[in-house]
Amino acid sequence: MRPSRRITITASILLIFCLTGSVLLLQRVDRERNAATLQEVLYISSPTLLKRMSLGYDGLLADIYWTRAVQYFGDKLQRGSEHFDLLAPLLEITTTLDPHLLVAYEYGSNFLAPKIPGGAGQPERAIKLAEFGIRNNPNQWHLYYDLGFIYYMELKDYADAEKAFADGAKLPHSHQVMSIMAANMAEHAGNLQTARLMWMTTFQITHDPMVKANAVAHLNALQVDEDVPLLEELVSHYREKTGHLPRSFSDLTAANFLRGIPVDPLGHTYKLMPDGHVEVRVPDDLPFIEKGIPIGYIPPRKPKLPAVN
Amino acid sequence: MSDRIIYIASNTFREAVRDRVLYNLIAFALLMSGAAILVGQISIDIERLVVINLGLTAVSLFGVVIAIFIGIGLVSKEIDKRTLYTVLSRPVQRWEFIVGKFFGLAGTLVVNASCMALGVFAALYYVSHRFQTSDGWVLVAVYFIILQFLIITSLALLFSSFSSPLLSAVFAFALFVIGTFAEDLRGFAAMTKGIVRWLATGAAYLVPNFSALNVISSVAHEQPVSGQLILSNSLYALVYASMALCGAVLIFERRNLK
Repeated sequence: MRPSRRITITASILLIFCLTGSVLLLQRVDRERNAATLQEVLYISSPTLLKRMSLGYDGLLADIYWTRAVQYFGDKLQRGSEHFDLLAPLLEITTTLDPHLLVAYEYGSNFLAPKIPGGAGQPERAIKLAEFGIRNNPNQWHLYYDLGFIYYMELKDYADAEKAFADGAKLPHSHQVMSIMAANMAEHAGNLQTARLMWMTTFQITHDPMVKANAVAHLNALQVDEDVPLLEELVSHYREKTGHLPRSFSDLTAANFLRGIPVDPLGHTYKLMPDGHVEVRVPDDLPFIEKGIPIGYIPPRKPKLPAVN
Repeated sequence: MSDRIIYIASNTFREAVRDRVLYNLIAFALLMSGAAILVGQISIDIERLVVINLGLTAVSLFGVVIAIFIGIGLVSKEIDKRTLYTVLSRPVQRWEFIVGKFFGLAGTLVVNASCMALGVFAALYYVSHRFQTSDGWVLVAVYFIILQFLIITSLALLFSSFSSPLLSAVFAFALFVIGTFAEDLRGFAAMTKGIVRWLATGAAYLVPNFSALNVISSVAHEQPVSGQLILSNSLYALVYASMALCGAVLIFERRNLK
């Protein structure tokens, strides 16, 4: 074998060996490093400084920061974390770098506003983000919808929600639901029908399967919250009429209080408890319900959302 | 244009291709296909935006780096290899040599940017499954990036006509960075008073305004670019590049090559 050929073979083997070694060592380093130190750091927290440092390529940097915000939120949600300290700063940086990145306002406020474990539980930061979005994109009715939605759902602030919907309704090409929402805020704020209308609208206007699934889960929860008090009312009517509590829903059916055994939106039968209360059978499948929760039930750290195509 | 300029330009183009400058297209293709396939999986609703932002930023940055690093060697390399003396011993004027080199590198950058633009459109088609009218503005952004290259190439030539390659690269890159802040510079100048204001405003107008030539973010959001801006930017780039080229010619004409 010629010396040059021997060197080539030796160097090639050594190269492959070193490459494999470096990959394995890097994996080991990743395992040894604390995940928190890798995640919870914003090396440059000033959006203005970042904008200047981007040398005019701020659009690409905004996309990178938006992806980072999505990954951060998704990872925290997956792990059932209760701390989303970097989410709002990441979204602020993203929107300062690209004030017209509508997707960051629409999804970002939906990440920030809902209570933990479904979101970051920071509705005030979500409102700040949505308002910043409206200032920079005053003709986008979606942003007014998001703002009104946060005021309504998270803060129960019906006056500000009405104002947001009414302002959005005035825009050209605004969705007709905006004026309906504004009117509902004035007359029927806080009732289930209004909440149902809002989630239906969210389901219809979004293209994202996750948002759709979230809307379906909330619509299911609203259905349960409406069914349970009605069923409990029937149970108390039965008690008034017969002097004792029904043992099962069959008793109510036999007494013509019900046409059949009632089922929740997922098709599971409701449970009638011995004390006359009504509970859902599979609470894990019905996140966000406020009525019919079994006593002592501890919800999973990550809400289970239905599959939506 | 004289035949001599065309010969020098075509030789410069051939030399750049021989120097494997166009190999950056492979890196670009990998970048675009990676972005087009991966982004949809790791982010939400920004596939199209990323393809445009990343694609045009890569076109711009690859081009700027090529313009600077090839541009600074256009004159010095010919001196080091002593090929300049062979060229100038023929009936070729010094200014023709500089202008020919400029057009050669500019041509290389136009070919490079055009190939990359095709890549951007292919990736756009991959993520959107169709083209839309607003995609036409991406072409305007590419055109503005090419205008940016003309200015940088002329500046690299200007610096290389009197300085060492290393210093020329530093000067050209520094001017590129300063040029992206041109509008801020004018804002700072407006805050000062008296003679400082005059000097600061003068400096702000002297540096190239690259921020006006960057419409990447707005075309990514499907915002149109006005015809007036296209015309003004074209004239500005033409005038500025001619100015830098004149400076390079003036210096090179007086340079002692012995």
